[in-house]
Amino acid sequence: MSELTVDHLLGIKNLDKKDIDLIFNTADNFKKIINQPIKKVPSLRDITIANLFFENSTRTRVSFEIAEKRLSADVVNFSSSSSSLKKGETLIDTVNNILSMKIDMVVMRHPNAGSVEFLSHHTNARLINAGDGTHEHPTQALLDSYSIREKLGSVKGKKVLIIGDILHSRVALSNFYCLKKLGAIVKVCGPSTLIPKYLENLDFKIDHFTDIQEALQWCDVANVLRIQLERQDINYLPSLREYSRFFGVNKSRLDLLNKEIIIMHPGPINRGVELTSDVADSKHSIILDQVENGVAIRMSIIYLLASKIKNIKNKIS
Amino acid sequence: MERKIVDNKHFGILIDRLSHQLIENHYDFSETILIGLQPRGVELKNRIIKRLNDITKGNKIINGILDTTFYRDDFGRRDNPLEAKYLDMNFSIEEKRVVLIDDVLFTGRSIRAALDALQSFGRPKQVELMVLIDRRLKRQLPIEPNYVGKTVDSIQSEKVIVKWRDVDGEDQILLIKSE
Repeated sequence: MSELTVDHLLGIKNLDKKDIDLIFNTADNFKKIINQPIKKVPSLRDITIANLFFENSTRTRVSFEIAEKRLSADVVNFSSSSSSLKKGETLIDTVNNILSMKIDMVVMRHPNAGSVEFLSHHTNARLINAGDGTHEHPTQALLDSYSIREKLGSVKGKKVLIIGDILHSRVALSNFYCLKKLGAIVKVCGPSTLIPKYLENLDFKIDHFTDIQEALQWCDVANVLRIQLERQDINYLPSLREYSRFFGVNKSRLDLLNKEIIIMHPGPINRGVELTSDVADSKHSIILDQVENGVAIRMSIIYLLASKIKNIKNKIS
Repeated sequence: MERKIVDNKHFGILIDRLSHQLIENHYDFSETILIGLQPRGVELKNRIIKRLNDITKGNKIINGILDTTFYRDDFGRRDNPLEAKYLDMNFSIEEKRVVLIDDVLFTGRSIRAALDALQSFGRPKQVELMVLIDRRLKRQLPIEPNYVGKTVDSIQSEKVIVKWRDVDGEDQILLIKSE
């Protein structure tokens, strides 16, 4: 197969396993390309991409922008803080105004779940979801699984533990779908207030550890999530100090294990809260590999979606 | 309808001649890098390397595999998008003599993409092109090979297929006419 089954990347939920394999195999090539002396390919010369970020982001946004530029696409950036949204414009109007400037693809992050899918019914451009509220963050999940595949050879059969604020995490939901499609065994660990009810309604079962030490002993890979202070309008935790005591991953906990596990984190890290510095910077951690792989994965997704734009020929002639 | 234009024995002679022509121009291969183009140029490169090793008795020849998918000029214009293939270029080509190797030279567009892709690995002193089959009447770009196994004059609707011992069971070259 050389083509994705989808026209937009809205979430992992609507991807096939074959799609994920194609994205990974193409990313292998891009990973080589971004390590060459000249890191650019001319594929997307005729394509213009808009990055619409209605919510703050550093890593994801820079990663997308680098990926787009490495593919030779033209890039425009837009952030909500300096936009007409402040003047009362609707989302569809904002996006359609941008699209009338002949944009082929839109990368969008938005605080409302489902906003990217909503937009896909109202525009002609290809869409990539860069995070919609607490719903999905598909590129992060893909780069997480890709990093596990790179480190352990494959994702199938691996025991992956997701620790922390599952309730507010779009990374967690996308990871559940992605890891399950690739055949991993997934469990979560965290305070009960931060474990969402939807876990019971998914097509697959996700077990819940309450003891972090037991959980770490079980897993091959621990993906530590950030405590999202900005999304907590009521108090789910007595204090960060207590969270860190009960669920923080630190060196003494890892030293008690009779095996080595891999530590991942989608960033940004609250050092000393969910993860201590001696673990984040240790050889167990593949956090910076995740960031590097993020560029290769995003290049792969953009390339594969752009190759489904069939009208380039008509556009030029 | 298909017609065999090169049989097993003739095939071996072509590989022999191409190898000797390379030796004539490149002596000990100390400044030379052979690069097979994905997908089908890799087989020819491997066969040439094997033959060169037999003849020169162990000169180490630097060689690699190049995939030009991302450098092609028909992105978004094909009905079936190409899938990127494995790439192996663990060296710099700066100031080296590069020989690009492909099975069939037709429009010349793959070679143009390969020349583009090569720039990512340095500035070579010289680039040459070796092909097993040159379909010389169908060129769309000003590209000419330096080493040619066999020249075939054929029309657009005909196809030339190279079969390899290691992949397809027997060395042979077929000309296929569509009905």
